[in-house]
Amino acid sequence: MSKIGVFICHCGENISATVDCERVAKSASEMEGVAFATDYKYMCSDPGQSLIKNAIREHHLDGVVVGSCSPRMHEPTFRRACSEAGLNPYLCEIANLREHVSWVHEKGEATTLKAIDIVKGVVEKVRRNKPLNAIEVPITKKALVIGGGIAGIQASLDIANCGQKVILIEKGPSIGGHMSQLSETFPTLDCSQCILTPRMVEVAQHPNITLYTYAELDKLDGFIGNFKATIRLKAKSVDYNKCTGCGLCTTKCPQKKIPSEFNEGLGLRTAIFTPFPQAVPNKPAIDKEHCNYYQKGKCKVCQKFCPTGAIEYDKPDEFITEDIGAVIVTTGFNVLKTDFFPEYGYGKYKDVITGLQFERLASASGPTLGEIRRPSDGQIPKKIVFISCCGSRDPAKGIPYCSKICCMYTAKHAMLYQHKVHDGESTIFYMDVRAGGKNYEEFVRRAVEEDHVNYVRGRVARVYEKNGKLIVKGVDTLLSAKPVEIEADMVVLATAGVANKGAEELAQKMHISYDPYHFFAEAHPKLKPVETNTAGIFLAGACQSPKDIPETVASASGAAVKAVSLLSQPTLVREPIIAVVNRCAPPMFSTCVGCFMCETICPYNAIEHEEIKDRRTGKVIKTVAKINPGLCQGCGTCVSFCRSKSIDIQGYTNEEMFAEVTALLNK
Amino acid sequence: MKLGFYPGCSLNGTAREYNESVKALAPVFGIELVEIDDWNCCGASAAHAVNRDLSLALPARTLALAEKQGFDEIVVPCAACFNRLAVAQYELNKDELLKKSVEKSIDMTFNNDIKILNVVQFIDKYIKDKIIEKISHKFEHQVACYYGCLLVRPHKIIGFDRVEDPTSLDELMQLIGATTIDWGFKTECCGASLSIARTDLVAKLSCNIVKDAADRGAEAIIVACPMCHSNLDMRRPQIDEYVGKKISTPVIYITQAIGLAVGITPEKLGLQRHFVKVNTL
Amino acid sequence: MEEKNDNIFEPRIIAFVCNWCTYAGADLTGTSRIKYSTNVEIVRFPCTGRIDFMLLLKAFAGGADGIIISGCHPNDCHYTSGNFHARRRWMVFRDMLDFMGIDIERIRWSWVSAAEGAKWADVVNDTVSKIREMGPYTEYKKAAKFLEEEKIIHE
Repeated sequence: MSKIGVFICHCGENISATVDCERVAKSASEMEGVAFATDYKYMCSDPGQSLIKNAIREHHLDGVVVGSCSPRMHEPTFRRACSEAGLNPYLCEIANLREHVSWVHEKGEATTLKAIDIVKGVVEKVRRNKPLNAIEVPITKKALVIGGGIAGIQASLDIANCGQKVILIEKGPSIGGHMSQLSETFPTLDCSQCILTPRMVEVAQHPNITLYTYAELDKLDGFIGNFKATIRLKAKSVDYNKCTGCGLCTTKCPQKKIPSEFNEGLGLRTAIFTPFPQAVPNKPAIDKEHCNYYQKGKCKVCQKFCPTGAIEYDKPDEFITEDIGAVIVTTGFNVLKTDFFPEYGYGKYKDVITGLQFERLASASGPTLGEIRRPSDGQIPKKIVFISCCGSRDPAKGIPYCSKICCMYTAKHAMLYQHKVHDGESTIFYMDVRAGGKNYEEFVRRAVEEDHVNYVRGRVARVYEKNGKLIVKGVDTLLSAKPVEIEADMVVLATAGVANKGAEELAQKMHISYDPYHFFAEAHPKLKPVETNTAGIFLAGACQSPKDIPETVASASGAAVKAVSLLSQPTLVREPIIAVVNRCAPPMFSTCVGCFMCETICPYNAIEHEEIKDRRTGKVIKTVAKINPGLCQGCGTCVSFCRSKSIDIQGYTNEEMFAEVTALLNK
Repeated sequence: MKLGFYPGCSLNGTAREYNESVKALAPVFGIELVEIDDWNCCGASAAHAVNRDLSLALPARTLALAEKQGFDEIVVPCAACFNRLAVAQYELNKDELLKKSVEKSIDMTFNNDIKILNVVQFIDKYIKDKIIEKISHKFEHQVACYYGCLLVRPHKIIGFDRVEDPTSLDELMQLIGATTIDWGFKTECCGASLSIARTDLVAKLSCNIVKDAADRGAEAIIVACPMCHSNLDMRRPQIDEYVGKKISTPVIYITQAIGLAVGITPEKLGLQRHFVKVNTL
Repeated sequence: MEEKNDNIFEPRIIAFVCNWCTYAGADLTGTSRIKYSTNVEIVRFPCTGRIDFMLLLKAFAGGADGIIISGCHPNDCHYTSGNFHARRRWMVFRDMLDFMGIDIERIRWSWVSAAEGAKWADVVNDTVSKIREMGPYTEYKKAAKFLEEEKIIHE
């Protein structure tokens, strides 16, 4: 026999103005299973809560129903009060008499009767509620950060500085990412590598960080706090224990004409290479696809010259597995190449380059040592045209979004050009100038006012080559759509930021969602920008959407905190509103027949297979579904799906819900 | 092989040589082009600038007639006619009600599933594979292929070749031994029907095209549209006046180029009708 | 049955809503003080995916004249796909109910987000006036009564 306490709140006058609270309490006291009912002006206040606690103790209540504001408001408050009085918090439920009754109806008989109905429904549910205890899941105290750009570097350092262990994996031979390719960063025009390399070194030397370069994630199994990551360490052909980074091999390698990825194709590298001089680790790897030995079986010059005998050919890729508690994905982004644009030459014209290629020209460690020179003939361009929004904001090209950083870096490029080539003329064709960050607008104004960059508002219809010059045909819409034709020496396209190749496969490996453009999906665009829908996996940086360095660093620190807050707890405590598959005595063991329809629809992969074995022989009798309490989020879709009604959800069981619905209708 | 043939107004008028060259080329490859009986004007730019229903009904009537006369495919050499017919077919397929209303206007019902081929698609499908074996005089010249605005746009409807930098004419010319130049004016506007109202603008726009081709060493400009041809060829005196010098680069149709390569005489191809002399080829 | 005037029939309608969108949307209706009819009583579920459609029949059997089911807009489900599954299930179930002779016009399906307070009020008022026109669902009550009396179903 239940002993439920019903507490009707007046909420000042918010409820009592339209609902006769005394009458509701009186009706409640006459309901079956109710041992105590009262009303009070402010239930959520201290005296109100004391009222509830005292009643629980005095009347030995085994359930509490509070008729008050929305449970989305004060359910935690009242549950905590019950908990403090010794009553399991999940035996306390709220009847929404304010938002759903008093605030939306006029004062009158109908309103009070509805309030009584709703209280009755909740009472009947609570009569069937079971006490529930929060779930505890163990946690492996180690984080995995995938991607060694500035986001990955920042996140790793933040986590490591909190005393937690981190594994950072990077698919290229060095960490640093795109930020290491930049010359100067806006709005301060800091040298990019100067602010980045100290952090790169810190990562390499930090006792809590294990760095694997030339490594990729092969598999990710498990769940929050208990992941198992299989990492493929690609064969570098160089033993890093012996290699001292002297670099002699790179000077002797006969394959010298490979387009350098770091220099965006504007410079060359050898087959055994470090991507750039400040690489971390500063030791080379062999690019098997271009190495004479791997492709033709000849050469081996590097091995001949290596003073420490560090070259080791034909080693297979190594696989390691690590137990991980939290994962942060910081795989970054890429920019479109010029061959994407048919109207700008399909990549045919050497002097039509991307913004990232311009960074390499402007960079002191780049292929032209910081001088802006035309890739075609090495001449210094006297006239440069910059085109904004190449691909971005263009639904016809399949990229309707704005890439965010281009307006700023285009202004920066024009400024750098004007600083380096004093008699140069730069023109920027733009649609809008988006300079929303701190000091960004002032930066753009400097480009216009101090460095005399020409801003022309209009699109460029076509760029073609004639007699060694690039003819740019655009329009100036602010001068009533006057066509503008410029004979430029170089054209720089601010191409769209797009997801990295392989992003889709990586997302599928980790069971995280991604959007139609293959950027990884955040759990909530406003309030959960660094979490994914998969518990325990977080996002930071440009892999979620194009962003500049300050935002990337901020999101990386944000994701690091999320990871640390997970790792620093002794165990993972979760709300017990989760699904449960029934178990019963042999020979049934469970009404579940193992059809696993539930598994197909669970968005959180929370359904596992459990083999029920014969205790003596070990033979498998049947395989049934089992809910992983660490992953289940409590949506209850599996409950409606189950054909044998073997799953139910704690807190919203079939028994409870049927009782509530029936009670609402019966008088 | 019998195919339907829709010459349109221009092929019987100012583009007679286009008509002659298509008709001369087809039989060499075993194609018989049968003109659609009682065809009407497609409406060109005039109709669709003035009245939507008219602009759809005119081509629809021709399509319906072609269907009734038993053709599965029709060849439409004029790029404007081709564009209007293709657009009409697309619009009517999308909108059932519109199709019914147009059928009422033309007093005929039809399935609207006839295949419409422009001259390049026609050559690609029925001639391309057999060209090599029929070549008697390789067309060893440097040429600029000019596509104009209607041959490959809008891509959504035409679904053929690339929009910004098309290559179909270039490939055909290369097949018959020509070297094609790479230039940025493949689809730039020639001035189109402003030829009458604003000949000065046509002079300027067409001049850009012809001069660039000449500057890059093109010995001929290849076109597949009577409007293109008219502006680049017939308006040459105005172009020469605009630029201040005489440019003598001839403009010939793709069918004439291929015709020359397979040994058809210049007279049969109508080359003598051009304003700019073609004797250099 | 609750009656304002002796002759005007006041329908009883149960609304099965999801916690994250429609329940919050209904809260917003309250916060915005938008008034609607008292005839609808809301039952909270974590997700429309949780709604067992046998509950709908239970509601009719208990005396409901109409039902509203409402959840997050497609693609906005808090649990990513619960509302898709609910919608698919509803498509099949609706045909089955119709086949069985149950008046499916009395079941209203809607998507109401947490920001659509005004829409919730519209959904409620629309459904109430529609059911009021259709009258009480006496056929189901008769059938339920018959089944109970014949001891075919046990309460």
